[in-house]
Amino acid sequence: MTRITVGPFNRVEGDLEVRLDIEQGRVARAEVTAPLYRGFEQILEGRPPLDALVIAPRICGICSVSQSIAAASALRQAMGVTAAPNGILATNIAHAAENAADHLTHFYIFFMPDFARESYAAQAWHGAVAERFTATKGSAARDALPARARLLEIMGVIAGKWPHSLAFQPGGTTRAIELGERIRLNAIAASFRGFLERVVFADKLEHLLALSTPDELDQWRDGRDGDFAQFLRLADALSLADLGKGPGALMSFGAYHDLDGARFRAGLRRRDGKTETLPSDRITEDVSHAWMRETSLDPAESRTMPDAEKADAYSWCKAPRLAGQPVEVGALARQAVDGQKLITALLAADGSNVRNRVIARLIETAQLALSIERWIKALRLNEPFCETGGEVLDGSFVGLVEAARGSLGHWLSLRSGRIERYQIIAPTSWNFSPRDAEGVAGPLEQALVGTEVGDAGARAVSIQHVVRSFDPCMVCTAH
Amino acid sequence: MAGSEVMTRMLWLQGASCGGCTMSILESGASGWFDELRQSGIDLIWHPSVSEQTGDEVVEILEAIRDGRERLDLLVLEGSVARGPDLTGRFNMLAGTNRSIYHWLLDLAPLADYVVAVGSCAAYGGIPAAGINPTDAVGLQFESSDIGGALGAGFRSRHGLPVINVAGCAPHPGWIMESLLALASGDLTAGGLDAVGRPTFIANHLAHHGCSRNEFYEFKASAEVMSERGCLMEHLGCRATQAVGDCNQRSWNGGGSCTKGGYACIACTSPGFESAQNYLQTAKLAGIPVGLPTDMPKAWFVALAALSKSATPRRVRVNATADHVVVPPSRSGDKRRP
Repeated sequence: MTRITVGPFNRVEGDLEVRLDIEQGRVARAEVTAPLYRGFEQILEGRPPLDALVIAPRICGICSVSQSIAAASALRQAMGVTAAPNGILATNIAHAAENAADHLTHFYIFFMPDFARESYAAQAWHGAVAERFTATKGSAARDALPARARLLEIMGVIAGKWPHSLAFQPGGTTRAIELGERIRLNAIAASFRGFLERVVFADKLEHLLALSTPDELDQWRDGRDGDFAQFLRLADALSLADLGKGPGALMSFGAYHDLDGARFRAGLRRRDGKTETLPSDRITEDVSHAWMRETSLDPAESRTMPDAEKADAYSWCKAPRLAGQPVEVGALARQAVDGQKLITALLAADGSNVRNRVIARLIETAQLALSIERWIKALRLNEPFCETGGEVLDGSFVGLVEAARGSLGHWLSLRSGRIERYQIIAPTSWNFSPRDAEGVAGPLEQALVGTEVGDAGARAVSIQHVVRSFDPCMVCTAH
Repeated sequence: MAGSEVMTRMLWLQGASCGGCTMSILESGASGWFDELRQSGIDLIWHPSVSEQTGDEVVEILEAIRDGRERLDLLVLEGSVARGPDLTGRFNMLAGTNRSIYHWLLDLAPLADYVVAVGSCAAYGGIPAAGINPTDAVGLQFESSDIGGALGAGFRSRHGLPVINVAGCAPHPGWIMESLLALASGDLTAGGLDAVGRPTFIANHLAHHGCSRNEFYEFKASAEVMSERGCLMEHLGCRATQAVGDCNQRSWNGGGSCTKGGYACIACTSPGFESAQNYLQTAKLAGIPVGLPTDMPKAWFVALAALSKSATPRRVRVNATADHVVVPPSRSGDKRRP
């Protein structure tokens, strides 16, 4: 057996270290380390409650809107205010824009460049893929980055700026949209659809979203231009469906709540394929392998106290568990729990894996483009965007949302008008958690086991595919 | 300048960062940031979020610079320098190297022609330095507004400059790119920096300049709750008259800004902005905001405010507390001259 260390691990958000025990050219055991701790939960303690709207989004520059709305959602309960319907819609539009921009950034900037690596030079497809996707040099970034910037112009209208906006308040959003601005939002949404239909999918979004079986997806792919079809061909050529199997259980807190409920439902999709109500009261965080002192397992009661010298610990990330089990979160989980037809069929065929994670992200991006169009139309321009909240009351409150990378929760305890405790469980805290007290490995640690590295060792591109398929955000992970 | 001229070699590292400055810079450039860099003659040696090289390939790049085998023109840091616990840097290790970002920076910074702190974290410590500062986070050359930081007051990069602080949380992509290009072209010198290391082409302006709520400010017609159109200074915490930056003379994400977005400037370009509290509420003494424009005698400000309040047109007064225009401008401006 040999032990190898992979790091710095780039083209993820933040940095990551993975240690692998290799037996006969395959990963026998993996340990995942979040190497950065900043102490946001400690920083928030003792502050006035509404300061969370300034501090918490700055956990993450890539999902700051998600962090904002998790904080705003918890504070909304503390203030006993109902958000203005327009504010909910405007929040959804901005949140969807952020999540879609994240998915695009992941696909074009983080994930696809690995197929352009020299280690694939002998493959027949390599020339075209390298021209398109080589990191910082491929032609794809010239399409994707301007499209991303254009999509984020939604933030200029609704949120003032991105990342890190204060527009997302408990009572709604702070900018009342006027007619001209709605027309601009429409135009941005139309550019986004145009980019997706021309460059990513080479098809109408409605046609893509009508696909419901793996066979239909294969037929759709054959002979099609566009970067998604190219990925599907690579996924077949490299058997990416056999790579990076997740733990089986998939969780979503539910996303984009509007007057008709959540656009994507909350729930837990169990290993046997059945979906059940989310047992959100059974979320715990174990610190047995984290450089953290023991407090409570319950995020509503626990605190964060770092201990860099703790024996047997190997990550700044705690180990979140749902009913004692690790669960995978992200677009695949969100779409599975929501019952999206194609994703459900793909999961039934070969489970959670590298290919299906990427497919789910792009299918979701197409859905978000349509939802953004609908939410813009639903704005009622002469009605309020923000309700005024009442006094912030003491108590315990929870904000559960979905960021691009999966389920994000803020647990907030207020006492004497100040933040007494603030606990955050971020998506990658779930996916890249270390082992728990029972020795059960986190989802990525499980997904890496069995991965073939051959003679390449730490340079094996298969490891890169598995890790990046989760779209990790390491800055959120330990926060 | 592509072709015959030598490219400027830039290394971008992330410390105790949220990645937001990278998200901002990825909005730069009409055909994307990578194209813009190439067209501007900048060779991005490595950036954690976008470069191909990973693992030992990265370590090789860093070691080649450290050992003097490769030149380093621009060293960019995003995120604060987490020195703790006990100056070990353990809160922020560079994966795979068993060495902290703090210690890597101590090695690399003296080798760079210029060292650039992108964002208020790298410049002054920023949000990670708030409250009890759990990780002993500081900026590269400042700890809040005190000179020192990770590299020390006396630090000068190879071209004799202190750390250039592109403050902001997150900074406008134009601030970052223009600062980098001005350094690459030799146009940004020590004389072009203010007392806390910010380029004066940005810091000689106030966030207030160009604010779309200008007329409301002139008449002290104030918004009382979030989403109203009036001036945000009197009640809702706006620091734009004190905070530096040409924020409202630029377009953020295609047309926004904080005050256009309907919320206060929180002075994110200022050292120590993270230590404020109750950001969206104006601190007052005897009914008068504590934070007034810095270079105006307070008595004059109060007198002028009282005068302008009494002279406020109805249109301005009514619209200040509405979320959309209730009273339009009078139509007299439409009349044609005979």
